[in-house]
Amino acid sequence: MRRIISVLVENAPGALSRVVGLFSQRGYNIESLTVAPTEDETLSRLTLTTLGDDHKIEQITKHLNKLIDVVKLVDLTEGSHIERELMLIKVKASGAQRAEVKRCVDIFRGQIVDVTSTLYTIQITGASDKLDAFLQAVGDASIIEVVRTGVCGISRGEKVLSL
Amino acid sequence: MLIRALKDEGVEYVFGYPGGAALHIYDAIFRQKDVKHILVRHEQAATHAADGYARATGKVGTVLVTSGPGATNAITGIATAYMDSIPMVVISGQVQSHLIGEDAFQETDMVGISRPIVKHSFMIKHASEIPEVVKKAYYIAATGRPGPVVIDVPKDLTHPAYTFPYEYPEKVKLRSYTPATRGHSGQIKKAVQLLLGAKRPMIYSGGGVVQGNASHLLKELVELLNYPVTNTLMGLGAYPGTGKNFLGMLGMHGTYEANTAMHHSDVILAVGARFDDRVTNTVSKFCPNAKIIHIDIDPASISKTVTADVPIVGAVDSVLGEMLTLVKESDEKPDAEALASWWEQINDWRERHGIYTKNRFDTTSDKIKPQEVIQAIWEVTKGDAYVTSDVGQHQMFAAQYYLFDKPRRWINSGGLGTMGFGLPAAMGVQMAHRDATVVCVTGEGSIQMCIQELSCCTQYHLPVKIICLNNQALGMVRQWQDMQYSSRYAESLYEDSLPDFVKLAEAYGHVGIRVTKKEELKAKLAECFALKDRVVFMDIMVDQSEHVYPMQVAPNGSMRDMLLSKTERT
Repeated sequence: MRRIISVLVENAPGALSRVVGLFSQRGYNIESLTVAPTEDETLSRLTLTTLGDDHKIEQITKHLNKLIDVVKLVDLTEGSHIERELMLIKVKASGAQRAEVKRCVDIFRGQIVDVTSTLYTIQITGASDKLDAFLQAVGDASIIEVVRTGVCGISRGEKVLSL
Repeated sequence: MLIRALKDEGVEYVFGYPGGAALHIYDAIFRQKDVKHILVRHEQAATHAADGYARATGKVGTVLVTSGPGATNAITGIATAYMDSIPMVVISGQVQSHLIGEDAFQETDMVGISRPIVKHSFMIKHASEIPEVVKKAYYIAATGRPGPVVIDVPKDLTHPAYTFPYEYPEKVKLRSYTPATRGHSGQIKKAVQLLLGAKRPMIYSGGGVVQGNASHLLKELVELLNYPVTNTLMGLGAYPGTGKNFLGMLGMHGTYEANTAMHHSDVILAVGARFDDRVTNTVSKFCPNAKIIHIDIDPASISKTVTADVPIVGAVDSVLGEMLTLVKESDEKPDAEALASWWEQINDWRERHGIYTKNRFDTTSDKIKPQEVIQAIWEVTKGDAYVTSDVGQHQMFAAQYYLFDKPRRWINSGGLGTMGFGLPAAMGVQMAHRDATVVCVTGEGSIQMCIQELSCCTQYHLPVKIICLNNQALGMVRQWQDMQYSSRYAESLYEDSLPDFVKLAEAYGHVGIRVTKKEELKAKLAECFALKDRVVFMDIMVDQSEHVYPMQVAPNGSMRDMLLSKTERT
């Protein structure tokens, strides 16, 4: 099962490598990883998506918690949550294709953020499966370049991850 | 500043080896008397010696090495300590700050290389951080589930001209590190109920009981309940080896009675043990009828391989203490009838195939059997020596036949299985206990991995007794080749290339004694241990064909599936 784990780590040198190292060392899988400082500059927040059964996820969270640099973590997928990913994508847009791509962008509520005579650069945000669906809709043949940020997420309602 | 911090931390001994990046630190050592430095002959030995010191005392072992090769040589010893949860602080010199990342002479990314095998690591960025980092390092190494901590110190930050107001912190607080102390009282209650209701109970205790200084509590609990107890390789001595409830070690080379009793038990109390693959054999076949109570300070150890029915995260001494109180207060008593018939069953197993009821090796052979050497050492040392070992057959024979009545007496590399561990570890033990008898049980393979330390023993007058069970082969490798590779001895024999260990010992200024005849064994051992102030290297020629038994059947065997000799199996 796919899980989204949010981790608050000390904003210290080497903290990220410890987290990433843990995954490779123990044979866990990282599907995506995003990391940036939080409003408290001593902390970074790291969101990672991984695949595994309950036993594996339990081990992952336990081992993450054991890392001295990890302050707190939560498995967002345990409760209801919001997840977002941002994607920038360059697609071919010439001739009749131009209008078709534009329509597709509108349907997915994306934005065209840069234009040339033959290309659109599109920005689109949403859950990962929405981005996947957009890629499928546009079709491989038109795609020139794709960059995705990886998932970030937050719990719904009153639940917060903070110190 | 660094050495002053070590002094303030109460460090007695530093095991190390100097080099360019550590020279400022070494100069500081030279100019004071409180922190004593032990010069080893290879950095691997520094880590093992500090490890032996830590295991024998419960204190944190300290290592000091230089950058580059000094640091990489220390890696094996750090990994050894990590696998066995031994508290250790390793200080490594680093090239000057402005050279880091430039492939400078003797530069290596120590923090990076050691990352998977340390509990934590620090890179000093500013000299003023040193006292606080040292304090944190010792705190992290010693608390919770102990482990090695690395401090990497760029050379320029130890320059004596670089001075700062010094203050050694009394306490440290890390918001992200709060080791477990007391167990959950509801869970402890549940565990006690389960334990008291057991018909075929087993207590399975590991290195955590030794590390957590909880042996006396374990003993009290075992004797209060009159339940059978087994120790892991790491846990030997946690319950006395000669104690009446002791079934011997369990696991791959555990006793028949311990493994069989585990398999048939209905409630297992696992204390400070981690259900290692060398204990459980095939996990899916592990103890099919047992409810499992698991006490461990590390939550990640619980339900890692075997799912615990009653998990308790906490320090073993505190949890066992609470359990004892509850057992004493409880109106419920163990089912005496069930327990009596369980003991009857266990005694029957013991009688049939136990290694302590009668000798299971060939005592009539002309050749010296390794098992009888260990028995003889046990007799001559009255069971009261500190015994370190290397890795292989001799390690298993020592674990089986030297009955440890006290914790911290058996010092071996259980998790990583590091050959070369024994001699330097024995030096560390001898530094900690100058008057104690320290024995290093080794083989002619392992001893050669750190044999250079015979020189260190000379320098610091460390009269360790080296008992080399010389079978002229890599015995455990050879055993597996006998069992699984039709006796094709791929690279496990030396073809007459072994050194004359007696002369070698003499070359280092020690006493060497060779034993080739069985009838000489006891007298020569007595001679060895009578030489209190000397290092003695006993080169004992043992039967090459001997195998370690019992041995669990693998792959796909359960706890109770064992080979009992070359011809018998359960």
